[in-house]
Amino acid sequence: MKVALTGPIRDALGGLASIEIEADTIRELMQRLEDRYPALAPLLDAGIAVAINGEIFRDRWGEVIPRHAEVVLMPRIPGG
Amino acid sequence: MSHDASFTNQKFKVIGTRVPRPDGIDKVTGRARYGADATAPGQLVGMILRSPHAHADIRKIDTSAAEALPGVKAVITSADLPDKVGGRRDMLDILENCMARGRALYDGHAVAAVAAIDAETAKRALKLIKVDYKPLAHVTDVDEAMRDDAPIVQPWVRTAGGDPNKPTNVAQISQFGHGDLDAGFAEADVIIERSYKTEQTHQGYIEPHACLASVGPDGQGELWVTTQGHYTFRTQCAALLGMEVAKLKVTSSEIGGGFGGKTHVWMEPVALALSRKANRPVKLVLTREETFRGTGPTCSTSIDIKIGARRDGRITAALATLRYQDGAFPGIWGMLGAMTAWACYDLPNVKSVAYDVLVNRPKVAAYRAPSAPMAAFAVESTVDLVARELGMDPVDFRLLNAAKEGTRASYGPTYGPIGIGPTLEAVKNHPQMKVKLGPNQGRGMACGFWFNFGGQTCSTVNIGVDGTVNVSVGTVDVGGSRASLSLIAAEELGVPYESVKCTVADTATLGHNDTTEGSRGTFSSGMAIIFACRNAVQELRARAAKMMDVPVEDVHWENGQAVALGTQHSNLQPLTLAQIARKSPQTGGPIAGHNEVVADGAGVSFASHICDVEVDPETGQTRVLRYAVIQDAGKAIHPDYVEGQFQGAAAQGIGWALNEEYIYGKDGRLQNPGFLDYRIPVCSDLPFIDTQILEIPNPGHPYGIRGVGETSIVPPLAAIGNAVSNAVGVRMTHVPMSPPRILGAIKAAR
Repeated sequence: MKVALTGPIRDALGGLASIEIEADTIRELMQRLEDRYPALAPLLDAGIAVAINGEIFRDRWGEVIPRHAEVVLMPRIPGG
Repeated sequence: MSHDASFTNQKFKVIGTRVPRPDGIDKVTGRARYGADATAPGQLVGMILRSPHAHADIRKIDTSAAEALPGVKAVITSADLPDKVGGRRDMLDILENCMARGRALYDGHAVAAVAAIDAETAKRALKLIKVDYKPLAHVTDVDEAMRDDAPIVQPWVRTAGGDPNKPTNVAQISQFGHGDLDAGFAEADVIIERSYKTEQTHQGYIEPHACLASVGPDGQGELWVTTQGHYTFRTQCAALLGMEVAKLKVTSSEIGGGFGGKTHVWMEPVALALSRKANRPVKLVLTREETFRGTGPTCSTSIDIKIGARRDGRITAALATLRYQDGAFPGIWGMLGAMTAWACYDLPNVKSVAYDVLVNRPKVAAYRAPSAPMAAFAVESTVDLVARELGMDPVDFRLLNAAKEGTRASYGPTYGPIGIGPTLEAVKNHPQMKVKLGPNQGRGMACGFWFNFGGQTCSTVNIGVDGTVNVSVGTVDVGGSRASLSLIAAEELGVPYESVKCTVADTATLGHNDTTEGSRGTFSSGMAIIFACRNAVQELRARAAKMMDVPVEDVHWENGQAVALGTQHSNLQPLTLAQIARKSPQTGGPIAGHNEVVADGAGVSFASHICDVEVDPETGQTRVLRYAVIQDAGKAIHPDYVEGQFQGAAAQGIGWALNEEYIYGKDGRLQNPGFLDYRIPVCSDLPFIDTQILEIPNPGHPYGIRGVGETSIVPPLAAIGNAVSNAVGVRMTHVPMSPPRILGAIKAAR
């Protein structure tokens, strides 16, 4: 599946707009990102968010990623 | 038991009603207990010594005279707060901000602290501490801090992807966007570029930071504190002091405002360290001056905007370059500005580049929809200029370019159902738009966006033997959530609102709850309470089945009663919750429901504001004549509180737009750390703020709830900027638009 990259995540991978990676859940996605892209380690350690079909997930790693879903990796957002 | 969080469009009985607030009487009679209202036997008074320099090496701190003063029980410096976090950078930054470690990084940075038997003794002790400073060159302006010859605030900071050997004040560069910017601008018939500045503001919460800390020789501790996130405070304080999480109990007091400023620790680890050293409880209450100088305001910014559009009104390209100062420690505030800048619009070619920059000012903290208001000021001001250049109505121009379901947001994902279009339609139809303006008066409008989020949440529902209900939550009530959460429990259980009492539990009572930020309180605790109540209803059905002597699968829950369905049970009367509760000792003991959830799926929200002002051309004084807030709130659980959030956010935005700013002298010291010289709006400065709630359901919540509290601080700077610009005939580009700045802009334009 195609995973779009934004902000610091994109910069950490040299400006890549997207990557191809297979994962059925957010947990699998995180694990494979960690294995395949060591440059992402500091960002993954600090926490990132995943938008699946527009819905933003920060911590629900068991969330299933549907086939053909739009998946976007985003910075983790704080609030006030 | 797992539950489905999807929106079900159920019909409500009590949700949406305007019931009395449960905390009202305590608050107006003075019975409510805030951060400074706790006492403990033998408590000491804690006080902090702060740097008078914007930037200085600390060569030596001599505490001997202070320690020798009778009545002084403990004196601490950074030596008493060693690294217990294994060099973890983000935690070390928090620790260094709590107490300077060899260098004072801003005016007001804590350098030492004392605990004494009374305030007089503590003050005398502070004066006896001798600090040998070597003043260093400083920088407080974000643009100056980015120059190659600027003083370096943190020598260890390097820009990611930059020269690894070159210290810099640019802690991070973040880029967002999509499309082909050059092609988009080439297609444009009109291109407008402008630069803007916004000054630093404080959240202005009325209650200063305050806590009562107690740590015993057995390593167990308690902290009573005004905070937006007592679980986060527990985690951070325990880590910084090397304590075990379970042995530090943190209780959140009533909170006199936070707005992001009470989302992480400032002086609480200092109070705990003093208590541990003195072996006595220590109460530490900051003064207003300390709150301004030593806690976290929002950023000052410098922003460039470029927008291209065709004659038909479609924006073809948009570029934002945003420079946000983070204070003396790296943050992500510029990045948030970049993510939110263009979120209201459907843009084929868009880019935002943000610089997070260090300066010698206090560590920046979140402030209600952090970073979005400044970006919106710059974007929405330029949007008005483009509309004017095209000869289009500014609302029609925004409507034509507004994001909608299916739009790819400038920060990445594709939107689901969103409310920016409906808020703009509501602006067009709002009565205020038809009010005729007089001389020196102007009207402006602007849009705003905020993400909202949910996060880790844990709640318990306990049913008493008389049928009343205790709800325990771990999200701090910063804006009326005890009322809205009680309504949710009443709705789920089918009991009167008055039968429910909602309490914010301490950290020993519930599992971890994320900080109350990101407009998450009612969204996330509401979800956990719905699920906890549904678990309790399962138990109520089981107890009713025992009482009726029927199979549990035959018992249904309807309108707050257990009903046995089927012709074979037609002789059985329904049992109310109170009847089941009364017999609970004989049917299995207490009845409760519990839920822990990661409440993701918070829906984004949008607001559009209208502002009418009158500007005195001789004094530059601006009076806000009329103000209207229209926001997509999802389902409004308690409409009074939703409207209150809209009004409060607009009031803060009005103060930010017209008056409030941190003013630094050439010596790098803050010149106005008090409410006399840093003037927030009072009632007489404000008109009645009209509100209109749009209820576009969030598909990711059973009741359709979205976050409410933050979005409406995003448009005011821009709405007022557009109104003032229209009133004086000169584009205002610098916030706050104080009388001297307005007069200066008018004079410069002549």
